[in-house]
Amino acid sequence: MALKFPIYMDNHATTPMDKRVLEAMLPYFTQDFGNAASRTHAYGWHAEAAVEDARETIADYLGAESGKEIVFTSGATESDNLAIKGVAEYYKGKGNHIITTTIEHKAVLDSCKRLEKDGYAVTYVNAGPDGLVNPADIEKAITDKTILVSVMLANNEVGTIQPIGEIGAITRARGVLLHCDAVQGFGKTPFDVRAMNVDLASLTAHKIYGPKGVGALYVRRSKPRVRLVAQMDGGGHERGNRSGTLNVPGIVGFAKAVQIFKQEGVAEANRIRALRDRLHGKINKELDSVFLNGHPEKRLPGNLNLSFSFVEGEGLMMAIKDVAVSSGSACTSASLEPSYVLRSMGLDEELAHSSIRFGLGRFNTEEEVDYVAELVIAKVKRLRELSPLYEMHQQGIDIKSIQWAAH
Amino acid sequence: MAYSEKLLDHYENPRNVGSMDKDDPSVGTGLVGAPACGDVMRLQIRVSPEGVIEDARFKTFGCGSAIASSSLATEWIKGKNINEAATIKNSQIAEELSLPPVKIHCSVLAEDAIKSAIEDYKAKRAARAALNADASVAEPTAAL
Repeated sequence: MALKFPIYMDNHATTPMDKRVLEAMLPYFTQDFGNAASRTHAYGWHAEAAVEDARETIADYLGAESGKEIVFTSGATESDNLAIKGVAEYYKGKGNHIITTTIEHKAVLDSCKRLEKDGYAVTYVNAGPDGLVNPADIEKAITDKTILVSVMLANNEVGTIQPIGEIGAITRARGVLLHCDAVQGFGKTPFDVRAMNVDLASLTAHKIYGPKGVGALYVRRSKPRVRLVAQMDGGGHERGNRSGTLNVPGIVGFAKAVQIFKQEGVAEANRIRALRDRLHGKINKELDSVFLNGHPEKRLPGNLNLSFSFVEGEGLMMAIKDVAVSSGSACTSASLEPSYVLRSMGLDEELAHSSIRFGLGRFNTEEEVDYVAELVIAKVKRLRELSPLYEMHQQGIDIKSIQWAAH
Repeated sequence: MAYSEKLLDHYENPRNVGSMDKDDPSVGTGLVGAPACGDVMRLQIRVSPEGVIEDARFKTFGCGSAIASSSLATEWIKGKNINEAATIKNSQIAEELSLPPVKIHCSVLAEDAIKSAIEDYKAKRAARAALNADASVAEPTAAL
């Protein structure tokens, strides 16, 4: 089969929609277009039935007790905002302290920052150099004012999978709620809200080959019953937790995407992991001074975050423009700061600038992996020929011994 | 981000990549930037006794704009007198390559690299002149 360019290897950012998902959604745009909140006619009933089916499918896959625990949202950013701000507001009489980690997604971090401005106290726990959060660090941070702990299931940059079950055992024992931003790990690593004592979980459809613009927040209804203050006011949809007409086609697509993971997820993870390891193996065989970011084993199957020492990330992405990837380099962002995730893991700034994140997914093939490996190897070699740092390295000069003038 | 054709050309086919012997008295070396900032440029010039830049070489660790800016800088300074080369402004480089605002610092770095290489050459020449002057003062003493 001929390769299609650019080859998409940025599946942490978003995923292409599975055609089976699209097919499931299509009728809900046209003939079954009803408003799920319309109680007076069959159009509404039909839409509502589809939404309730979707709730059950998603709840079941999460290990939730019932579909009533699923609140549909516009996506994970909204879910994170609702979970953190909604819990903080409801439980403010109980305490004003929240614990999270420095490697969370901005939707979590910036929600916490907003709460700090409103008088809440937030503790940001650091991850280790492998991106792993130590549950003991969470436990140490808990005070009698702590109401919520928020830790992601898997990191979006380095793919490290967090010990949510261990953290859940701690939060449950201490009577603190646990929110998990499960966006990246959902479907790709085992996740069970009951077994892991998770009280709230953010999900999104577009990372699992579903449509953009639809997500969910799991909100536990018993032992303990979690209460929220809605952040969107209106018609009182979703049991008063999130007003707004439901995105019925999106919700149907979300559930279809989950159903596919239910059936194929394990086999798919194994296939993607093998492709990822093939890519890593080929690169490692041909290039020196390449470092893996994140945990070597506790990692999402499709994640490969590598630092190509002596080569700058954006410069490299320009050279491999036949491949759609992303970089922790400063130059890819407006801020000119390299990835805060890599820096908070203690990664050397030069290596943060040199990082490339490959995110493999359902539709990547072995042929693509082989093409990308060859391309990356050739271009890294070329750019190292251009790199004064690589020349110094070859001459045995320690780059850290040079007094660089920061600019 | 869409880059200009000129920028892409310099990035894909960089001119004057390489190294010169930094201990050669006719060579001036500028090393600017920092790995932690994501850009390091090394620009070297070989200067004739008349002060003309006969050759220029660079190596750059950085993004495409940084590589293109240094490649263009070497092209522009070759054949110029060092005093003339020192007047090249980052804004000229930025304009030639149509650098987007977020990449202007790459052209600043290229200007710094040119200036730094010329300074290094001048400092070496001054040191050599001082050494020669010392030697000429020392001679009569030796003759005694």
